[in-house]
Amino acid sequence: MNDTTRLSRFEAAHVIAQRDFRAILFSRAFLFFLLGPLFPIIIGVLAGGIGGQVQRDANTRLVAVAMSEADTQALIAARARLAPQIGRALPELAVADAGTAPEVILREPGKNYVAVVGGTLAAPELTAPQPAIDYWNGPVAMLAAEAGTRQVAAYPAVAPRPVATSIAAQRGDRIRTAQAGQLLLFLLMMLLAGMVLSNLVEEKANKVIEVLAAAVPMDAVFLGKLVAMLGVSLVGIAVWAAVGSAIALLAGNALPQLPAPALGWPLFLALGLVYFAMGYLLLGSLFLTIGGLATTVREVQTLSMPVTMAQLLVFFLAASSITRPGSPMELFAATFPLSSPFAMLARAAQSDALWPHALALGWQALCVLLFVRFGAQIFRRRVMKSGKGGRAVKGHVGSVRAR
Amino acid sequence: MTRPSGGDNRKLAIEAHGLVKRFDDTLAVDGVDIAVPEGAIYGILGPNGAGKTTTLRMLLGIIDPDAGVRRVFGNDRPHEVAKLIGYLPEERGLYPAMKCDEAIAFLGALRGLPLEEGKARGRVLLEQHGLGHAVDRQIRQLSKGMAQTVQLLGTLVHRPKLVVFDEPFSGLDAINQGKLEVMIRELAHSGTTVIFSTHVIHHAERLCDEVAIIAGGKVPYAGSVDAARDRIPAQVRLETRSASGPWRSALPGDARHDAKGEASHFWYFPVPETGIEELLKPLIEGQAGILSLSIERAGLHDAFVEIAGEAAARALEEDNARGAKP
Repeated sequence: MNDTTRLSRFEAAHVIAQRDFRAILFSRAFLFFLLGPLFPIIIGVLAGGIGGQVQRDANTRLVAVAMSEADTQALIAARARLAPQIGRALPELAVADAGTAPEVILREPGKNYVAVVGGTLAAPELTAPQPAIDYWNGPVAMLAAEAGTRQVAAYPAVAPRPVATSIAAQRGDRIRTAQAGQLLLFLLMMLLAGMVLSNLVEEKANKVIEVLAAAVPMDAVFLGKLVAMLGVSLVGIAVWAAVGSAIALLAGNALPQLPAPALGWPLFLALGLVYFAMGYLLLGSLFLTIGGLATTVREVQTLSMPVTMAQLLVFFLAASSITRPGSPMELFAATFPLSSPFAMLARAAQSDALWPHALALGWQALCVLLFVRFGAQIFRRRVMKSGKGGRAVKGHVGSVRAR
Repeated sequence: MTRPSGGDNRKLAIEAHGLVKRFDDTLAVDGVDIAVPEGAIYGILGPNGAGKTTTLRMLLGIIDPDAGVRRVFGNDRPHEVAKLIGYLPEERGLYPAMKCDEAIAFLGALRGLPLEEGKARGRVLLEQHGLGHAVDRQIRQLSKGMAQTVQLLGTLVHRPKLVVFDEPFSGLDAINQGKLEVMIRELAHSGTTVIFSTHVIHHAERLCDEVAIIAGGKVPYAGSVDAARDRIPAQVRLETRSASGPWRSALPGDARHDAKGEASHFWYFPVPETGIEELLKPLIEGQAGILSLSIERAGLHDAFVEIAGEAAARALEEDNARGAKP
């Protein structure tokens, strides 16, 4: 057919995308999208602060000494002598009543002892849960030996020769970068997928979808919506990048620095953007399909819940495979379409090989095409399933539901 | 299926053969055949739940039939000729945040009309239809009737050759129904093919050249309105002063009698094969006291009852009684 009687798929998708892009960009939803990343940051800071406090409260190093007074004083003196050289490897010591059973001392309310040292310096006894015994056994024995001999052991001076990094340190650092990249990707995608879904539900509520379906192929509608949302998200990312850069400039070195990824920052960021686009297109098409299957907002919520949970699992899969590059699990995470962008971004942080990214992007692009195609087909089959609730007129005009 | 009137050599805007559509275990459309000549006003008439919307959606390519073929301007993929079609679905819908001219332009853009041109045409159309003051208003600020008009204008802004309306009169008041009828006639006059579905017989009867009667997902009749009406013999309606007399033997034995007081008696019977003239002489000579005599053609409603059955007609009437809202 010639071009005068129809729009091409891309022209049709462009019309849809143009409308959606403008509508979303000037909507409250976009404002929330822009503010979206603030919420996890605020929650993270609060949770980190509270968690740190809880951790500090929970992790005590206080060991009660329930020995004779002489032994107790000798032990405390030994600790004071060793502390400058051993430091935090030694427990804090507190004096307890030697006449009280160690089990009772451990249960004393408000004391928070991690273990009780009893017996004598020659034969000390350590009462505590097994993990605490394993942990404090050595330090307590060292203290008892020091206290018993009353001699300061001669420790050689260690000359410090600091280096910038080591393989182990570098690997650990890059894992941090990979984790940060994955988390950012995940948050962005979840925010966007939710917006795609609400956009589609709104469309169904406005009853515009039939007009669209009649005029252009459904996969063009599908594609247009996805592209519009991607465009909106890129605007959002640009805003965040600008704000982030401004903050970084103002804060200077006060901000914590992420270690440089294996591929270097420019390539890592570029790949991050591409993986974000791929991940979003994959998840967005899945959510659009769900939107097509559902007829009410409640149905959408019900249907999207398992997908959201599955997406969390996929994220955890990719996140847990960060530390095991090349393992079957990591390869699976890199191959499975929905986890592939996360896993590959982690790779970009840890490995400087480029070819796996070319391979993964090709595979992800193919999956995007398949997802969009498949989603559009389901959408088309389900979304126009019936008329305006035509009633069944059984008996006289047959059993008919749709009009 | 009854062949449409006018012979087989007419150019068809739409033709469909054996369309079948099933939703889960429900057979919504069961072998529908339709042929819509170019330039005609064509009605798809049936009660709610008969399969009208599903048929239209298949014709437009919104959904695919499970079986059968449909061609729009000779093309079996309706989206390939989307620019030539305008469609107003039964469930009207526009983006609430859009301004009127933007909404019209967007609907035009979906059919290939450049946005700016669509806006310009939209403003003219709004002016022509008394909505010039609402050009810059958002759809959410309009009344329901105004929003319907905007969508209707958006359906026509790209000047389609085929316009499909699904229940276009539902939700409109009498004045706007009249305006829409005028618009449909004007469209047809300009050579545009118009198809609309309705469960209101008098709209189809007043407007349509041809109709497809649909009931239970089947089309028991498709053809001209006249041919449908001619399926029922014309009735003689005789009013006499006298109730009886020797002239009575001239009337058919099964003539229906209806008395309106002592001096007004109505008689209904089919037109005799010999014609009405043979009847007049015994009536006059027998002093029946003829007050009126007319030959009445069956209406489309009678034809619908005859074709689709009493039950379908009753369903249609119930739909109308409910205010034309499915």
